[in-house]
Amino acid sequence: MYDIAIIGGGVTGCAIARWLSRYKLKTILIEKHEDVASETTKGNSAIIHAGYASPDGTIRCKMNVKGNPMFDQAKKELHFDFERVGSFVVAFTDEDMKAIEHELKQARERNIPGEIITDIKRIKTMEPNISDKVKGIFYAPTAGLVWPFGLTVALAENAFENGVEFLFSSPVTGIRKTEKGFTIQAGEKQIDTIIVINAAGVFADDIAKMVGADDFTITPRKGEYILMDRGSCPVNYILFPTPTIVSKGILVCPTIEGHTFIGPNAQNQESKTDVRTTSAGLNEIIVGGRKLLPSIPIRSAITNFAGLRAVSNRNGDFIIEPSKVENFINVAGICSPGLSSCLAIAEYVVSLVKDHTTLKVEENPDWNPIRKPQKRLVDMNEDELSEAIKERSQWGRVVCRCETVTEAEIVDAIHRPIPCTSMDMIKKRIRPGMGRCQGGFCTPKILKILSRELDKPVTEITKNDKGSEMVFARTKQLEIQPWKGDKP
Amino acid sequence: MRRFIETDIAVLGGGPAGLAAAMIAHEKGAKVTIIERDFELGGILQQCIHNGFGLTYFKEELTGPEYAQKFIDKVKASGIEILLDSMVIDLTPDKTITAMNPEMGLMKIKAKSVILAMGCRERTRGAINVPGTRPAGIYSAGTAQRLVNMEGYMPGKRVVILGSGDIGLIMARRMTLEGAKVLCVAEVLPYCSGLVRNFVQCLQDYNIPLHLSHTITDIRGTDRVKEVVISEVDEKWMPIPGSEKIFECDTVLFSVGLIPENEISLKAGILLDKTNGPMVNEYLETTVPGIFACGNVLQVHDLVDWVTKEAERAGENAYNYVSNLDRGGKLLKPIRTIPGENVGYIVPQRIDHLKEEKLVQFSFRPKSPDKDCIIEFISRGKIFDKRKSKHIIPSEMLNFQIKVNPEIVESDITIHIKKAPPKVTQEEK
Amino acid sequence: MEVQFKDAKQGDMKEIICVICPNSCKLQVFKDKKGEVQVEGYGCTRGIQYGEDEYTAPKRTLITTVKIDGGELPVLPVRSKVAIPKEKLFKAMEVANHVTAKAPIKMGDVVIPNLLGLGVEVIASRSMGKKE
Repeated sequence: MYDIAIIGGGVTGCAIARWLSRYKLKTILIEKHEDVASETTKGNSAIIHAGYASPDGTIRCKMNVKGNPMFDQAKKELHFDFERVGSFVVAFTDEDMKAIEHELKQARERNIPGEIITDIKRIKTMEPNISDKVKGIFYAPTAGLVWPFGLTVALAENAFENGVEFLFSSPVTGIRKTEKGFTIQAGEKQIDTIIVINAAGVFADDIAKMVGADDFTITPRKGEYILMDRGSCPVNYILFPTPTIVSKGILVCPTIEGHTFIGPNAQNQESKTDVRTTSAGLNEIIVGGRKLLPSIPIRSAITNFAGLRAVSNRNGDFIIEPSKVENFINVAGICSPGLSSCLAIAEYVVSLVKDHTTLKVEENPDWNPIRKPQKRLVDMNEDELSEAIKERSQWGRVVCRCETVTEAEIVDAIHRPIPCTSMDMIKKRIRPGMGRCQGGFCTPKILKILSRELDKPVTEITKNDKGSEMVFARTKQLEIQPWKGDKP
Repeated sequence: MRRFIETDIAVLGGGPAGLAAAMIAHEKGAKVTIIERDFELGGILQQCIHNGFGLTYFKEELTGPEYAQKFIDKVKASGIEILLDSMVIDLTPDKTITAMNPEMGLMKIKAKSVILAMGCRERTRGAINVPGTRPAGIYSAGTAQRLVNMEGYMPGKRVVILGSGDIGLIMARRMTLEGAKVLCVAEVLPYCSGLVRNFVQCLQDYNIPLHLSHTITDIRGTDRVKEVVISEVDEKWMPIPGSEKIFECDTVLFSVGLIPENEISLKAGILLDKTNGPMVNEYLETTVPGIFACGNVLQVHDLVDWVTKEAERAGENAYNYVSNLDRGGKLLKPIRTIPGENVGYIVPQRIDHLKEEKLVQFSFRPKSPDKDCIIEFISRGKIFDKRKSKHIIPSEMLNFQIKVNPEIVESDITIHIKKAPPKVTQEEK
Repeated sequence: MEVQFKDAKQGDMKEIICVICPNSCKLQVFKDKKGEVQVEGYGCTRGIQYGEDEYTAPKRTLITTVKIDGGELPVLPVRSKVAIPKEKLFKAMEVANHVTAKAPIKMGDVVIPNLLGLGVEVIASRSMGKKE
């Protein structure tokens, strides 16, 4: 019997899991996919918003304002890539100027640093390639960039090391109320738990419905993105257009790894799984992005993708509350600024567990907030790298040249606390295949390393979930067996 | 503690360009070091197991590995220093290379001259913004080629290929021979961009349809590719609604062009042309003195024979550079080459030295196919040389040695490819 | 004369694209009344020979890989020394799929001595050392 079962391994679920791990609780996180960060967390703008934008009085405003400053401490403890680069809201018209003045006012009321800059020369010095039509900007220096995979994996690994269990590839198909709590049908397994925390993203309403705790609905809102190669159209700041009611608009921003990112558009849809990009959508993004940064060279795109935001029917606000079913807590409708809010949400959810459930919550004296990160080449200087290769030759073999990832890092990722068993899992930890050649050169190499380390034939290695096998067969009657080459 | 290597000429890349450049420089008498990232020499030729190589250079038809082997055997016997499994991670303008491999660790290589021969990479699905889902089963043609021809794996059973360049055509045949069903090749251009010979022997021979003026407008499937939709495009490459054809398949191969791989060149501060290759002078020297470029890192070639010839020039020029040979006639202002009518780009981008009349090798590509053309070389508004070509297509590079005379040529050279005026025959006169 | 041509063409005329040079002449190849192969549409005389060969007995070089024991790679690229009849390619593949070479091997070494009894050798396209 578990004390708490969290359904959903996105950044919200993992942040909650990590926060719960500081208490003496038996917690399990149930995830449909093979890995954390597999749906909404996988496709978003990767921005930690300053917190001035959301309307007053909303939960998402409260969570964003509280959540943003929490990232500094979390970065110290968990070691993920996060940087406060600052954001611009770009005004082109008098009307836009009024809107950014309103944002400045909200920022002041919320004690968020920010200023309006109308000195075009200064704006151009800060962001040389910004559109010449700019009239003024609202500059918020505390806005930041995070690598969502790195953040989510760090949260999950720290939770895991502090005792939270993870159940992957186990979609929840039913929840039954029992005398003591709930029985969850998760894949093949039945999980008994006292409390359920529903952090199931776009599926949160479906999960809530299983126990009649669904006094809300979720609409998936698709956003498409294009990633541009390093150096092709560099930007220094996160550039937002002046927002509309539907969304913050199509933005242009750097990524923490130095690429340039354009998107998203906003399209409500029925399907909770359709993350296709479309010609029309990609065009819309390019047109939108060029309003801010006219020089975007579309031929330098590396990849495009789409993600779904989970938008609630409560004016699009977050739903973080005990449901009408006792011990069933909904954490739903976490759309933008969900990533920025995740740490505050986690803290708040734990307070809900304390105040609104039957569970007795005690601090765990052995809790270790520090997560030892994976050693990476990009973080090393030449002496450190030189030493590392001497100790272990795999540090000397670069497997992914675009992102400079060595064999040692790939092997380490495979053997982390939450082990990597697929191409995408490795990609989501140390980035091979995320660069300009999109895995063209490193795919065969990583397939073989996975095969050797997992002692599984290459034909069984998947891109991500089951059914996504990368190659089907061998040629020439070759034996189907694990690869055995290049042992250090 | 780092290993320190000193050499005359460091060659980055052990493919056809690097091998030929290294060999010439070595034969002239320089100390040469080749740095190669793969476990063996030969570069991309090792996976191009088809034939059709070497007709110009060796006057015999060879497969890719055979062409490579001829150079590998020579280089191995020569005593040229070869660093395999070695990745260059930095190059400075003063020609210090940072490289690493598992056995020797981190190395600093101080060279008097550097030859860039890193080759190219494939353009990706993302670069041409093909929409759809992102399941397993989407490969670039070159990745699939490596998997099939060198690793012994079959990436798919039912295949759609986008792009009728030579790699795409050759992979259509290769996958078919290995037992896969290639449903079609789609090409956005109104003509086949690969060699006619490959169209005939890779597609026609196996009844694989080629859909011209078509592109992929949707990829479907969550875990593995399930369906691919191709649509006809108008002259602006925009899909025409209603023209969709759906193919049930498990694999999509992208063969949509090659891009010179110049990330290391940029680190050395070398300026690139719009082709992504370094801007070079008539000695194939980049904008950093003593750093030369050849092969696909300079311009994407269609024939390896031309890569070899270009690389040999780079090797010789690098040798002359390290032996402080005076080129003479350094121009105060370089002569620029300007792509004119129907010319995509020109190598070299500039001429730095011109004392007396000399031969300059020009390589360039037409933008669109044409027949019966005249190629004009113009300076100071005057045609100073012209050549004829019966048949031009963008996939075939044009190479000409042209006499450049300082008394005629000044400030810039423009090259036009023009339609020849219709011939007036004897009878008509 | 012209009428005779048309009659003859109707039977077994084949459109063949000449691949000798980039001009890509569209050849019409057919048997005339006497049963002799005629080629039309060529731009140069090399096209006549090509058209005849493609019409009567098209040939292709077999290019593939074979399994190799103890090699640096699991497969070895090979080719038939001379072209073989086009229609025999798939049969030849079947043979190649069941042949195993042994490392070390040198470029040009014979891997299949007599492919399908055609008297054609299949040879290694590269040298390959033994896996350490």
